[in-house]
Amino acid sequence: MRKIFAERLTELAKENDDVVLLSGDIGNKMFDDFKEVAPNRFFNCGIAEANMIGVSAGLALNGFRPFVYTIAPFATVRCLEQIRVDLCYHNLPVVIVGTGSGLSYAELGPTHQMLEDISLLRSFPNMTIVCPCDPRETDLAISQSFKRNSPMYIRLGKKGEPVLHNHDFEIGKSNTIRDGDDVCIITTGSMLKNVLGIADTLGEKGIKAHVEHFHTVKPIDKNSLNKIFNKFKIIVTIEEHSLIGGLGSIVTETYVDGDFEKVKILRFGTDDKYLSKTGSKEYMIKEYGLDYNDIVKQVVSVCK
Amino acid sequence: MKAINFDDLAKSIRKDVITVSHLHKVPHLGSCLSIVDILTVLYFKYLNISSDNLNSEDRDRFILSKGHAVPALYQVLKAKSILTSDELKDYGSDGSYFAEHPPASGIAGIEAATGSLGHGLPIGLGMSLSLRIKDIDAKTVVLLGDGECNEGSVWEAAMMASSNKSKNLIAIVDFNKWQATDRSKNVLYLDPLAHKWESFGWEVYECNGNDAKSLIQEFDKIFSSDTEKPKVLIAHTIKGKGISFMEDDNNWHYRTPNDEEYKNAMLEMEEN
Repeated sequence: MRKIFAERLTELAKENDDVVLLSGDIGNKMFDDFKEVAPNRFFNCGIAEANMIGVSAGLALNGFRPFVYTIAPFATVRCLEQIRVDLCYHNLPVVIVGTGSGLSYAELGPTHQMLEDISLLRSFPNMTIVCPCDPRETDLAISQSFKRNSPMYIRLGKKGEPVLHNHDFEIGKSNTIRDGDDVCIITTGSMLKNVLGIADTLGEKGIKAHVEHFHTVKPIDKNSLNKIFNKFKIIVTIEEHSLIGGLGSIVTETYVDGDFEKVKILRFGTDDKYLSKTGSKEYMIKEYGLDYNDIVKQVVSVCK
Repeated sequence: MKAINFDDLAKSIRKDVITVSHLHKVPHLGSCLSIVDILTVLYFKYLNISSDNLNSEDRDRFILSKGHAVPALYQVLKAKSILTSDELKDYGSDGSYFAEHPPASGIAGIEAATGSLGHGLPIGLGMSLSLRIKDIDAKTVVLLGDGECNEGSVWEAAMMASSNKSKNLIAIVDFNKWQATDRSKNVLYLDPLAHKWESFGWEVYECNGNDAKSLIQEFDKIFSSDTEKPKVLIAHTIKGKGISFMEDDNNWHYRTPNDEEYKNAMLEMEEN
């Protein structure tokens, strides 16, 4: 995801002299091509994220289109108030690209894990949040973010993610990745890969799962959700994010605000805790309460 | 062209600021009175900002980073005919766009919304960098409070401005020696302030920030300096400047004048 972001942005900078890139002292080599194409439009802002967001606001107020890049917790929570005041209050076209979101950097510990960003950022007016599931969606999200006039957060994983689908991509619209009638699984971002595995396992057990990917979690695609609420009796949300305020919350809020038949909603996300134990992403995801076997077991028991 | 009498101009702006504070119970009067002279000299002698060039790319930019003193800026913008009395007439009433901190709603002459401290210098730095990309030689001036220098983001921006040789970025510190609840040096150790900025790579100037002559002397140097460094003016000021019973009395950070205090303040302005 990181690589395609750097490549697409370099292309954008070639064609548009208002594209600027601000990096928080990471990804140095990754941006060598960008620096060659636009040497005076690359700023290494150092390890000073509050200032970086303010600088991006100043550039945007004078007509530029800044992309701000660093590791997800430092791109978001470290400078949360600058995002709120400088970007969202002013409603500026700044794109924040956070890499290593969720448990991508599981081994680095809770300082580098990012499981609360959707919850925090979605409460800010004017903010759009996109969680691409693969490099192709990342590419399209970057291209489309450039055409918008308000702040956006793009929540990236790490690197080496496989391409998962080739459906049309439009910010604000969900994608049906797999059709099924028994249960609807709703997910976002790189968790889609695991959800497809869960859907396969459910299939082996005779349960046909519909899989809907919401790469855009704000604004949520209400039309799509409404259709799901009207069609399915069992809905499952799975996300690499805290159960507090993430996609599962968005789905349940939208359900409660509407007028629908009774639906069973199962929410899976990370537990409300920080872990002292450490390990690989696969290990940590279980420790945080996202054990895929357990999810399958729970879904099967509800479907029976 | 008739020479501007900065003392008279500042006095008239002080009267307007005190009147608004009295009429609409607008706080931060001490902070406003502290910066009136700085604003007057900047807007009427140095900044290329007027009602005619507000949308022109080559205008200078001014950001009031200590946003709580915006009542003073509104009156200076009125004196510059950037804002009109008519626009300002609903100031202080429900539904007015003139908030007690500079809003992001597009008020003429307000480049950026501030109020949360420590935001103005990073934004100003971004503006200054954008002007350099476009090869425009305009200045970006950011006015900070001494209390505001508590904020780490001020020093993050100070370092980045130096490494980027932002020569057209000018910071002014309204050094009135007070912040909301105490002497600024007692709260977070500020001294030696000039040396701090110098050690962060800035070209430092100091003056009496309540004296037009002293301000002009230093601004002449700052605006004509051709060094690569960003510039900072440490403007030594008195909080509540201009009204004897408000000067250096920190109660006027939050207080607004009652009828009698207002009458006395106006009388004092007439007499001096």
